[in-house]
Amino acid sequence: MDIILPYIWAFLVGGLLCVIAQILIDKTKLTPARILVSYVVAGVILGGCGIYKYLIDFAGAGASTPLTGFGYLIAKGIREEVDKNGLMGALTGGISAAAAGIAAALIFGLLAAICFRDKRKR
Amino acid sequence: MQIDKKSYQKYADARAQKSPCAKNCINAFLYGGFICVIAQGLKNLYMMFLTEKDAATLVSVTLIFIAALLTGIGVFDRIAKHAGAGTLVPITGFSNAVASSALDAKGEGFILGVGAKIFTIAGPVILYGITAGAIYGVIYYIITLIL
Repeated sequence: MDIILPYIWAFLVGGLLCVIAQILIDKTKLTPARILVSYVVAGVILGGCGIYKYLIDFAGAGASTPLTGFGYLIAKGIREEVDKNGLMGALTGGISAAAAGIAAALIFGLLAAICFRDKRKR
Repeated sequence: MQIDKKSYQKYADARAQKSPCAKNCINAFLYGGFICVIAQGLKNLYMMFLTEKDAATLVSVTLIFIAALLTGIGVFDRIAKHAGAGTLVPITGFSNAVASSALDAKGEGFILGVGAKIFTIAGPVILYGITAGAIYGVIYYIITLIL
């Protein structure tokens, strides 16, 4: 049971975060792009307040995989850099912490554009 | 066939109503939860060889790679049609947004086409994420000064 439990929590919390977004899409006129931006900003705010850390400890990948986890990563990186380097950390910490995700998305996106043709056109 | 704006709107609304909120939410829950379970499995696997922090990073990179690949071969859109927010909210949605913007712009060349438009969705996400982070950093810095 101890092995399965983290997976169940990951499933429930991750699924629930997606349901919230789905309701926002269906009930308000929020576009997917706005959802992505709101989720990252929400992650920064919740991470900054120290709330999101509990969700990560508790749900693991269920909290780190949604884009709120990306925002949490930014907030965490900034806090560590401010602790180390003072005010300069507010500028350097965020992108450093998110670097792997941003770089991977851009590079794989470019590779996709090089290797594949857009199948949705015509 | 010619259709005017009004009848098109009617047609679109009728189509849109076929996907009610409850069904969308269940799909989003199942797909989103499933992706997070895969992420948890990958993390446990990577943690056999790496530190927890590196494993978490590699999990994101793996999911981003899979999503970009599925976007390239045209499968991601078909899954996302059912999954809705279930594939949008996890990091896969970010990757898909980047890869599909890049693919869309391929016809406009690689510098000002792909190079510029790859940021159509990634740009706002990074911009506001970093701005919110910097504001938090300043607030946190002031708090540490006071305490």
